[in-house]
Amino acid sequence: MRGGARGTAASEAQEASGKARVTVPRTAAGEATLFRRQSSLVPQRSIAGRSLVMVIAIMTFLACLAAGAAHLVAGAVNDWTSSIQSEMTIEVRPMPGRDIESDVAAAAEAARKTTGISGVKVYTRAESEALLQPWVGTGLDVTDLPIPRMITLSQEPKARPDTADLSRRLAAIGPAASLDDHRAFISRLSTMANALIVVAVGIVALVLAASALAVGFATRSAVALNHEVVEVLHLVGADDNFVAREFQRRFFALGIEGGALGAAAAAICYFIAGILSTKFASSAAADQMEAVFGSFQFGALGYAIIAMVAMTVAYSTSVVSRMTVKRRLRTMA
Amino acid sequence: MNDARDSAPMIRFEHVGMRYGVGPEILRDLTFAIAPCSFQFLTGPSGAGKSTLLKLIMLSLRPTRGVIEMYGSDVARMSETELTMVRRKTGVVFQEFRLLDHLTTFENVALPMRVQGRAEASYRPEVVELLQWVGLGDRMHVLPPVLSGGEKQRAAIARALIAKPEFLIADEPTGNVDPTLARRLLRLFVELHRLGTAIIIATHDYSLMEQFEARRMVLGDGRLHIHEAVLEEPQR
Ligand SMILES: Nc1ncnc2c1ncn2[C@@H]1O[C@H](COP(=O)(O)OP(=O)(O)OP(=O)(O)O)[C@@H](O)[C@H]1O
Ligand SMILES: [Mg+2]
Repeated sequence: MRGGARGTAASEAQEASGKARVTVPRTAAGEATLFRRQSSLVPQRSIAGRSLVMVIAIMTFLACLAAGAAHLVAGAVNDWTSSIQSEMTIEVRPMPGRDIESDVAAAAEAARKTTGISGVKVYTRAESEALLQPWVGTGLDVTDLPIPRMITLSQEPKARPDTADLSRRLAAIGPAASLDDHRAFISRLSTMANALIVVAVGIVALVLAASALAVGFATRSAVALNHEVVEVLHLVGADDNFVAREFQRRFFALGIEGGALGAAAAAICYFIAGILSTKFASSAAADQMEAVFGSFQFGALGYAIIAMVAMTVAYSTSVVSRMTVKRRLRTMA
Repeated sequence: MNDARDSAPMIRFEHVGMRYGVGPEILRDLTFAIAPCSFQFLTGPSGAGKSTLLKLIMLSLRPTRGVIEMYGSDVARMSETELTMVRRKTGVVFQEFRLLDHLTTFENVALPMRVQGRAEASYRPEVVELLQWVGLGDRMHVLPPVLSGGEKQRAAIARALIAKPEFLIADEPTGNVDPTLARRLLRLFVELHRLGTAIIIATHDYSLMEQFEARRMVLGDGRLHIHEAVLEEPQR
């Protein structure tokens, strides 16, 4: 009802007072250059910003390390199991009163008849002896030793060979032949790996919770320090959502900064570790390293996981600060 | 222009009492109403409870007993949203200014617009004009700590007026300015009143009250005595 009213009020009162106190030239261009970006309603200084960024950075770093480790373990286990799974062996033991050659032939025949198995390689006696050589040396005459014979089976990619059927056929041949599909080993391995992954994910969760607590603590003290600001904002017509948003914005910025720092540090660590592991690959220790760590496949997915952890940290910073402010405001009212 | 007779009161106090903690009752059994578009001075000796009464009206304090109604509804039963809406219709000049020290004069004055979520460009010209009118055109970009007492006071007044409130509460709005400027600021309030804003001004400055014939609410011993204006406001 009073649109444009002040204009009249101003000019009338100015007339009345007799002298205008206006001193600033009112050119639009001049004004535009004077206005800077709006300052934050929550004073920058009132938040322990530096230390909070450091806390968030350290927390993010640790969380990223744990998440990266989980990713590496998962990758390595995947490699192992898939390479082991694609291989099965039949072991034929020499037994008194049985002809090992015919047992081997019968077992190989049984394997060939099994669905899903694409290749059957029978180790001859000479080859089996050669396999033993590294362990017993060249000086020993092994011709009289009862050496078990191996048949390695390879499977069509993605096929699931009917191992139960094969085992039944082998049992029919006699007690000498047995199938080893490494199933027990694989299941023990994946149990262990899963346990490791659970531990790593647990660490990530704990670290995130700890940083959320730190943010909540910092928010509470920021609200307390800015009690006067909050009250004035309320009295000039701000609602709780507006006030909470002002705090949230500041804390989100800190969360992004801390999260980015921590994630960058973790990414650099994994990058360097990756370079070192490829350097090692040419050395003698490489095979052992590779056996343990897989081939250090951190890859794009690993870095994506790190980025995701950092984003989670920044996001939770902003959510936690918002919730904390709103709760504080409700208790203040 | 003063159509206080036919309209429902903007604010109604009924047997309101107020004490701080376990201290003595500072306001006792106040019953009064403030009509839309009305003008009143609130006076009384220092420590009588003027600021306390104004804080009750601006909803920054809750009474220890009694009922306060604003725009027809009980304040104690208003939701957070309703309280915010009432506050947006109310402009307040605080006795101790309460400017935010980390914001420039311009930003302080623009605050009521900003908290309503309006874009800066939409209110900038209004804020600049008002600042120039209260003589702070060249102090727009300085922080309150470097302003003089009178300049702070004018900034506080500008902040209370910028959102064109329906109701203006001013606690000692001329306490820090010279008599000439005080007269000028009073004229500003009177203009606003003529344009339809209800106004309550706390002051102990009798010379100020003599310049404008209006209802006087006098606080003493925790009680309120109201002297209605004898004359209609002077003709212009
Ligand atoms: N937050 C508070 N806690 C306790 N007592 C208070 C508080 N605020 C004010 N008082 C007391 O209430 C009484 C009234 O104070 P108030 O500020 O309302 O007076 P006033 O009329 O505005 O005085 P002045 O003219 O000096 O501004 C005073 O005795 C004061 O000490
Ligand atoms: Mg006072």
